[in-house]
Order: sequence, then C-alpha cells, then structure tokens
Amino acid sequence: MNSGILSFENVTFTYNAEDEKVRPAVANVSFSIQQGEWIALVGHNGSGKSTIAKLMNGLLFPGEGNVKVMGQAMTEETLWEIRSQMGMVFQNPDNQFVGATVQDDVAFALENNGVPHEIMVERVHEALSQVKMEDYKDHEPHHLSGGQKQRVAIAGALAMRPKLLILDEATSMLDPQGRTEVIETIRRLRESTGLTVISITHDLEEAALAERIIVMNQGRKHVEGSPTDVFKRGNELTEMGLDLPFAMRMTHLLQEAGVNLQEEHMTDDELVDELWKFYSKA
Amino acid sequence: MEILLEGVGYSYAENTPFEKRALTDVNLHIPSGSYTAIIGHTGSGKSTVLQHLNALLKPTEGVVMIGERKIEAGVKAKDLRSIRRQVGIVFQFPEQQLFDETVLKDIMFGPLNFGVPEEEAERRARELVVQLGLPDEVLEKSPFDLSGGQMRRVAIAGVLAMEPKVLVLDEPTAGLDPRGRREIMDLFHELHVTKNLTTVLVTHSMEDAARYADRVAIMHKGRCMVTGEPKEIFSNEEQLGDYRLQAPRSIRLQRDFEERTGLKLESISLTEETLAKNIALALAEEGRGSL
Repeated sequence: MNSGILSFENVTFTYNAEDEKVRPAVANVSFSIQQGEWIALVGHNGSGKSTIAKLMNGLLFPGEGNVKVMGQAMTEETLWEIRSQMGMVFQNPDNQFVGATVQDDVAFALENNGVPHEIMVERVHEALSQVKMEDYKDHEPHHLSGGQKQRVAIAGALAMRPKLLILDEATSMLDPQGRTEVIETIRRLRESTGLTVISITHDLEEAALAERIIVMNQGRKHVEGSPTDVFKRGNELTEMGLDLPFAMRMTHLLQEAGVNLQEEHMTDDELVDELWKFYSKA
Repeated sequence: MEILLEGVGYSYAENTPFEKRALTDVNLHIPSGSYTAIIGHTGSGKSTVLQHLNALLKPTEGVVMIGERKIEAGVKAKDLRSIRRQVGIVFQFPEQQLFDETVLKDIMFGPLNFGVPEEEAERRARELVVQLGLPDEVLEKSPFDLSGGQMRRVAIAGVLAMEPKVLVLDEPTAGLDPRGRREIMDLFHELHVTKNLTTVLVTHSMEDAARYADRVAIMHKGRCMVTGEPKEIFSNEEQLGDYRLQAPRSIRLQRDFEERTGLKLESISLTEETLAKNIALALAEEGRGSL
C-alpha cells in the first residue's frame, strides 16, 4: 500500500487502557491520504474523530498500529520534525491567538523557528494574502469576526509552508457567514496551491466539497468514498447522527410527499431543475 | 413571565477611555408564554441583550421590566437573586461551567444555593436526568467522564433544576452533531409547551428560529430593528439582506422553485417538511408530479 502523505495502519487507541470495560475510542482504523487530496473526516460526537486528530499530530500515540506521516512513523522522537510539516487549525478561534496584531500572530511560529526577518516579512505577507486578510495586518485579532479569526489562524499555519493542513472542527463555532468565508478560503487555497487538506467536521455540506469522505462511527471507520457515493447511503448516515446535505434531505421529503423524483440531488439547482421538468411535462 | 426592554442603551466600560457602546434605544417586548428568537449578525448586540434579561448587565440608559421587577439605569437594584432564579440562562458551551464531583451534586448545586431542601433538589435532579435522555448511572459519575453531548445535557439540567419561568438559550446547540442538535432543540420546545415557559432563543440558525419560534426579533448594530411573526420576518428577504441575514433554506428553495416554474405555493414554508408538502400539493393541482 502506498502510504501517501499520511496513513493510519490498524490504529487502535483506548483512553484508560488499563480499565478493560472501556471501549476503544479508535478501533483498528486504517486509511491513507495522498498528496494534494482534500479529505473530510466526518462522524457524530463521540465517533472518534477528535481522537484521530490527536493521533495525527502526536498529542496521542496509538496503543496498537502505526500512524505514518510522509513515510515516517509518529514517535516521541519524530514528533517535532513531523509537526513542523503540518499546520493545524482548531475549533475555538479565541483560544489560538498570541500576537498583539494580526501580522505578529502570523509571524509567531516563524519567529520561534528563527526565520530571518526579511523572509519572515515576505512569508507573512504571502500567507495573509492567501486568506485575503492583508488589509487587516495591523488589526488586533480579538476585534475580528469569527470567520476572520479562523482565516488568520489558517494564515499562521500557511506561513510555515506545511505539506498538510488539518482543520479540526474549524468551522463549527462560526456563524453561517464565517463558515462560508472559511470554506471559500480553503477552496481557493486548494485551487492555487494544491495543498493537502484534512477537514474534520460534522457538517456534511462542508464535507460535500472534499474529494473523499471518511465516515467514522463508534470508533470504527464505517465507510470511505466520494461524496456522491457516501451520501447515497442516506438513512444509514442519519441513523448515525449525521445529516444529509439540504438538497438531498429535500429530495427525500418530496419523495415521501408523493413527488416521484427519479434522481438524488446534491444541489438546490439540480433539484429545482428536476421539479421544473415535472411541471413542464404537460 | 413577561420581559420588556424600553429605550435600553448599554455601554461597556462606561466613563472610561475604553467605553464601547453595545446597545442603543432597544425596545423589545417578550410576552409571557412566547417563544422568541433573537437573530442578528455577529456583533449585532444579541448577547448583550441576553444578559439584560436576568440583570447580569444593568442598562446604562432606559428600563428593563422582568415580570414585576424594574431594573432602571442609574438606580441601584436590590435582591437580584430572585430574578436569577426565575430567569435561567443556558450560555454557549454551558458544559464549561460544570465543576462538581458528581453529576447529581452538580445539578443540585443551583437549587441548594437558592434554599431548596436537599430532598427536593435531589428529586428534581433525578427527574431531569431521565427527561434529558441520560442513563441513570450518570448521576454518580464525574461530569468530566461524560461525552461532550452528555455534558451539555447535564449543564442544561442544572439550569432547569431551578425551575425557571423564563428560559434563555444562547446558541444552545453550538458544536453538537446534527442529531444532538435536533434532540436538544426538540426537548426545549417540549419543555416550553409542557412547563408553560417563556423561551428566548439567541441563534445564528435561521432554520431553528423559523421552526421553533412564534416571534422573531432582529438585532442590527446594537438596535432592535424589527419584531414580528416568523412568516412575516422570513418572507421579507430584502429586509433580511439589509441586516446581513439570509432566509432559512426552505424559503430560499421555495423562491427558486416559484421563479423557475411560475407556480405560487400556498404559504411561506418555514420548515423543510412544509415545503415538501406545499410543492407536492402545487404539482398535484397542476396534475403533474406523480406519475
């Protein structure tokens, strides 16, 4: 198996491993992520996705199996080198600021790593322009909106030129506009740089934009595939506490109400199109 | 219990160089027994209004009436405890406020603090745990050994244990997965009905406001711009746009459908279920849709 940029090989992890009654938080999970992919890792609260995030960046180590990043097994020795290759953005935008201004904040990790001043200035500028926050470089982070804060957090990660960007529920505390801003930013980044992105989320609208979805359920990998393939499973997902994208929910509700739709629709436009065909079929 | 805000203004750090105005001339009537949703863009003043509902903040201008009690700018208010007992607030991420050794003790803390006898406090805690769909065993567990969704429920039980007349909810489902979200929102609605509560929901979710509330108030730049019934508020997409809000998805899809087909649906569809029914009905009337 090509282990790609990041891979889990039969990974099991149990909190309180000495207590035999405790169910593993992650049980025998394997997957591999290739360079340049956008992967969404989805699952209900308690499905194991946050534990997976912690295993990805070495906050936790597997009880069994291996986590490999760029071919290297994650251990206490390799941890720091591996972390320097990955950027992470967390859930709460207020808990990740250290700088007094937006640009200080983005420069923080660079400065810590002894990057020369000139290069630092250039990288900060570049990272802020990638998330379209250059105009705010002298603002105080605390006065920004949630969406803007998360974009700055993404810039902070980008300034380190990571090979891999992990977003751990990065949109779940944002209002709808903030969520759209962040998702748009990721989409643009993907187009311009081809950066590998892993988004951990329970928002299936967000997951629908990824190339591949991994669904977690009760600590196990339930299914893996393209958004279209995964969403075809319909009720199976809702029973797991997840939700279908809006257009698909509407398609199902319309079918239940007796409208004989023939296709599954992922977007509002497609759905309205088919409804219109019904209507025009005089 | 009725709450009334009249000409309420509020400035943080008043009379200091850091003074920041958050509310200006807010007039808002929350009738007894209503389910009012307060919506507005981030920074619109929603959370500041919320903190006036149980006198956590006192207005720097104007008057807040909470039931019979009057909180007035410049006048020192006494005995705020009785207000806090009657108006319970579920803050965002309430599980961050859990602290006691066991779930039982945590839920009992509020009532005991307000002089409810121990036996009665325990009775309430046991009843609430069941009502919130938690297994009995959690009562003796540490709240910190529970999952995020369970912790959220315990924190909510702690507020309900005070048996408030008004329940104020600040984004109560943030961070929960879709099923958890729906379960909690359905539960609040059930409590609203069965316990005759006055409910105030502060939310970013237009879908939740449309589904559950019977009144909607829009906050914008520290002012309460408009209040009305959900149908009225959410059918005016232009007005929503002015306040940087969007209509619920069902209403946006209804608009797309109507524009495309030229059909007019019977009513504004506040929920997905209503929209599906309305579309099916309209197509059936035209003799189309089902084959």
